[in-house]
Amino acid sequence: MTSARPTPLLRTRLRNGLLVLLKEIRTAPLVSTWVWYRVGSRDERPGRTGISHWTEHMQFKGTPSFPAGLLDRAISRDGGLWNAFTWIDWTAYFETMPADRADLALRLEADRMARSLFAPEEVASERTVIISEREGSENEPTFRMAEEVQAAAFRVHPYHHEVIGDMADLRTISRDDLYQHYRSFYTPNNAVLAVAGDFRTGTLLARIRELFGRIPRAPSPGRAVRPEPPQRGERRVNVEGPGETAYLEAAYHSVSGADPDFFPVAVLDSVLAGASSLNLFGGGISNKTTRLYRALVEKGLAASISGDLSATIDPYLYVLRATIRPDHTPEEVLTAFDEEIDRVVQQPVAKAEVAKAVKQAKALFAYGSESISNQAFWMGYSEMFAEYSWFENYLDRIAAVGAEDVLRVARRLLTPQNRVVGIYRPTGGGADA
Amino acid sequence: MRKARRSTHRGRVPARRPSAPALDIRSLPGPETILRRELPNGMVVLARENFASPSVVISGYLLAGSIDDPRPQAGLADLTASALMRGTERWSFREIYERIESVGASLGIGAGKHTTTFQGKALAEDLGLLLDTLREALQRPTFPPDEVRRLRGEKLTGLAIRDQDTGARAGMAFEETLYPDHPYSIPDDGYPETVRGLTPARLRAFHRAKYGPRGMVVAVVGAVKARAALEAVASRFGEWTAGSTRRRPAVPFVGAPRSILRTEVPIAGKTQCDVVLGAPGPARSDPAYLAAAVGNNILGRFGLFGRIGDAVRESAGLAYYAYSAIGAGPGPEPWEAVAGVNPENVDRAIDLIRREIGKFTARRVTAEELTDNQANFIGRLPLQLESNEGVAGALTHIERFGLGLDYYQRFPSLITGLTREQILEAARRFLHPDHLVIAVAGPVGSEKEP
Repeated sequence: MTSARPTPLLRTRLRNGLLVLLKEIRTAPLVSTWVWYRVGSRDERPGRTGISHWTEHMQFKGTPSFPAGLLDRAISRDGGLWNAFTWIDWTAYFETMPADRADLALRLEADRMARSLFAPEEVASERTVIISEREGSENEPTFRMAEEVQAAAFRVHPYHHEVIGDMADLRTISRDDLYQHYRSFYTPNNAVLAVAGDFRTGTLLARIRELFGRIPRAPSPGRAVRPEPPQRGERRVNVEGPGETAYLEAAYHSVSGADPDFFPVAVLDSVLAGASSLNLFGGGISNKTTRLYRALVEKGLAASISGDLSATIDPYLYVLRATIRPDHTPEEVLTAFDEEIDRVVQQPVAKAEVAKAVKQAKALFAYGSESISNQAFWMGYSEMFAEYSWFENYLDRIAAVGAEDVLRVARRLLTPQNRVVGIYRPTGGGADA
Repeated sequence: MRKARRSTHRGRVPARRPSAPALDIRSLPGPETILRRELPNGMVVLARENFASPSVVISGYLLAGSIDDPRPQAGLADLTASALMRGTERWSFREIYERIESVGASLGIGAGKHTTTFQGKALAEDLGLLLDTLREALQRPTFPPDEVRRLRGEKLTGLAIRDQDTGARAGMAFEETLYPDHPYSIPDDGYPETVRGLTPARLRAFHRAKYGPRGMVVAVVGAVKARAALEAVASRFGEWTAGSTRRRPAVPFVGAPRSILRTEVPIAGKTQCDVVLGAPGPARSDPAYLAAAVGNNILGRFGLFGRIGDAVRESAGLAYYAYSAIGAGPGPEPWEAVAGVNPENVDRAIDLIRREIGKFTARRVTAEELTDNQANFIGRLPLQLESNEGVAGALTHIERFGLGLDYYQRFPSLITGLTREQILEAARRFLHPDHLVIAVAGPVGSEKEP
């Protein structure tokens, strides 16, 4: 195991518009290759919800050069790890491979950028798989509530619907709909290729030009969306379902990832509910010294609390959640929750709380940098809503946040008019009913 | 973030395939890079350096687990482990977490069937703080009544959530049927009626009787000199002498079911059923373990969930997840297949999985499957051992099962030495399509026999 001495990152654009980021890291004999497409559920319209996620599934169903199944085996036999993710703003694919096998990942990604088959029988088979995926999510009370809260928060903006899509659309989307979606968004000028690991930049860039450079540029897909108008009053959503456990969710319209206020909001999140990890691999830390833990869990009102802050293209939601103990009501928990929100809106947080948030961010950064896959993830992810420099400057920006900044964003975001409150009310029954 | 695991394997890999990836054996953990010391009190410390990032991980276990729970106190080991950081002779709950969270560190302690495990992470500069906290939690917990009461309430909420979780309920019903009158039939976190009776006094008594350094293992991996890491652990745990010195009883043997035993747990209001089916599998120390593990990879893991995934997900489109799993413990942990399916498709999915188990136990795997899966087991080592957590987990694993410090360096030859016959033999020893426990939880009818 050698010590880390990463070379500077190369950021360049091919003539067909593909943005390429390369970073040599020699801590392990691995290469992690990521392709990011600027398409997610944000780009979907009613009748086609879930189409980005389904398209992602179809990207594993074969091209003329790599029939379905061949690559899966080839990557597995080399000990590779591969997966894909669809989110509201983007879709990403990655392969982390032994360094001497990384070329396979590049060939696969170049091929399926333009030549996926979308065979009708594969579309049919995958329809039921995705419906099963949604049914599995529907088993969870928290999914049912979160979906309703999201829909209530966005009346106009396409952040309205869940990434998985509505069941009605999953039953009716056709092979042609999927293929058209693929051809519109899977173009080099709408993609980012990020590679980190044990390679030589010059050699790898030449190979990338060879494999990806010949894929023609295409008309840019329009990504304009209807902006969400300001909310004019608190919205409340009640969801009922089986079980004995109630859940509470307060979702505040937040700021975009590129907004300078994102950093004070991140510190606010640390203070209220615990530092949100930016890592895809590597986990987070506990939140037992946060204000909401002390107010709700230590007081015996809730069994757990959490916060969720995402860096997104458009202002999304800052969500705070509580799992309510059976001897208390959602209303009791909401009252105690609001007292804490009032406190953070009325008075600046202590300097020690800000210092803790900064140290936590530094530690989470260090944990994330153990993994080459995680480093490559950061390279592409930051480009989806800002640029890689956003990530490079993250710790400095967090360290520059003062208590007065936290107060300002708390006053900006944490108002009743700016939130949706969701309550899951259990109806009992369930097991052995 | 919606995570979607997928890919397919319907096409056949061409006969001419590239060779296995190059693997530098010397880069793997081995006697040259692992420092190991057994302290006079019976505790073992392992350390390995990694200066790739300024962080450090501690990981390990001691010999107290849910198999030590008296039946009326099911959940005792679990609640005891969870309560260790709720207050010690030196620090209160708040002080403990203030120390940890204020430096961005984490420390978690939990109980499994055979062991209580712990894992912590910090910037390397905070290793001492992490070890001080671990020492306090393991050696001097006070189980404050108010904290235990609150923690017990949180656990009971967790059990109410578990009661509604189709995957958890199917797994519990599976184990209750597969392991009658056996400690494996009882869930580690107990039942509401047993957890309600767990008092601070009971926790204290369990801690006094079961916690001690004999058989305990601590691994430290990260940006700390190995010798310094070893000294840091020894200075905090070397004087600890508590606990029993008696050998723990062996885990009772469990035979395979004599027929199909099917059980159903109706949970109203759900959209999907979880299905678990299987039989007792090999212990980690069983000579057939690696053959069974590679066989399991072929049956339900390789690519996208192996043969089971191919049949249930890729060909029939019945499930988002359908895979098989095998344990790695001191006892006969289950060798099981798991799937999440629409209630209408439960029987079809079960038939398809049983058919795959039938083929798997009737004929040898193909030569191609064997070489592919051998390459997979060997090729994935660098990725498994990339992070500090991965290495720490590997070190505790080799210590726990006496595999030797050179185990990962020998691992490639152990895997390439496996034959198709050995895999078939292991499959037949543990699995049979007509001798299985099948558990289904979700929106199904009442209990019935097939």
